[in-house]
Amino acid sequence: MTTALNTLFITVEGTRLNKEGECVVVTIQDEKKAEVPLRHLRSVVCLSRAWLTPELMESCIESGIHVSFFGVTGRFLARVEGVPGGNVLLRRQQFRAADDAARTLELARALVIGKVSNARQFILHARRDAEAAHASELSETAKRLAIHLRTLESVSDLDALRGVEGIAARDYFEAFPALLKKGGAEGFSFEGRNRRPPRDPMNALLSFGYALLLQDCAGALSGVGLDPAVGFLHEERPGRLSLALDLMEEFRAPVVDRLVFSLVNRGQLKPEDFRTEFAGAVLLRDEARKAFLVAYQTAKQAKVRHAFLEQETTWGMAPHLQALLLARTVRGELDAYPPFAMHG
Amino acid sequence: MKKLTVLICYDVRVSDSEGPRRLRRIARACRDHGVRVQFSVFECILEPKDWVVLRARLLSEFDAAGDSLRFYFLDADTAKRTEHHGVRLPLDVEGPLIL
Repeated sequence: MTTALNTLFITVEGTRLNKEGECVVVTIQDEKKAEVPLRHLRSVVCLSRAWLTPELMESCIESGIHVSFFGVTGRFLARVEGVPGGNVLLRRQQFRAADDAARTLELARALVIGKVSNARQFILHARRDAEAAHASELSETAKRLAIHLRTLESVSDLDALRGVEGIAARDYFEAFPALLKKGGAEGFSFEGRNRRPPRDPMNALLSFGYALLLQDCAGALSGVGLDPAVGFLHEERPGRLSLALDLMEEFRAPVVDRLVFSLVNRGQLKPEDFRTEFAGAVLLRDEARKAFLVAYQTAKQAKVRHAFLEQETTWGMAPHLQALLLARTVRGELDAYPPFAMHG
Repeated sequence: MKKLTVLICYDVRVSDSEGPRRLRRIARACRDHGVRVQFSVFECILEPKDWVVLRARLLSEFDAAGDSLRFYFLDADTAKRTEHHGVRLPLDVEGPLIL
């Protein structure tokens, strides 16, 4: 593990990044804006078109810093990383586990249980300070998710597991309108999840948050030597980071959903922070996008207790710890994968 | 993983012919590990092993006969209670880095 797990986000068009000594120097319109020692970085995320010098790219690759590029709409384009870290034996074991129906089912089951259980905890947390009118609805959702959790324990094949996951996700999202507070969230509404492209502000925020989280999870997996593209719950498709999507499941609610609702309910983001493209895609305006990134990075520094490892950690570190536990499960050092559990 | 926060201050006698070169090299060593907070003051948050490397590098660059180096070790709470007034607010390398 290196010194820090921080991410450098570039959001201004035409930013130049070069290397001086062991630092990344960020220049915006011929003005030196920052110098960041390489050792503090885990990844560089370019959300706008940026220039990286070949020397910097080389150093990033050699020190295991992932560089990823997003299009202007926040769509993921590419990530650059060097020779895959970790060892080939681990990746081989991962592929074998993915080819083994029984092991795949158990890993996928643990991942979905982690997801649904954290979604339920998130709903229970939200119920505490929800308006009275919504409290019973949220209790109902939590109850239903508890029933799905029990069903998940006993499903006997992957299709059935994915089916229960789908129903749980639908029940969970149906509670979303009840989480929007009058006053703070004026002008926001939620009528179901839509994506590619997101067609309303709430979905735009969720999609953007998930895209960032996915990159963090992919980086965490590469960091421990697993292949982010070979998953258990998610089927492989060319260009899809299936294992990163798997790992991300347990963090969707506690990291991204929680952040989106807190920003919207506190009125830190307003409907006018969004613009609609001619194709119907809804995008965050630049300033609001920056505010979202600051909030996302700050949320990652919030402390949380890791129940299984019995240590204090941060939300930002959690995917890295889970990637380690996943690697140990794939190697057979752990009997079952322990998903990251949010507390009540 | 316990990290150290070290405040590094230096004075380099630039009147001798090698002075400017020593000054440059000391600054470069500090910059590779931390953040410049004033002209000759750096804040470095590092792992103990990196501190060993940096400290050795600084001690090999400076000239004990004419320069001075001071290392202040701050605990996390003290470092957080730092006040800054005026220009050039340094970058918080552990905070959100969004440019």
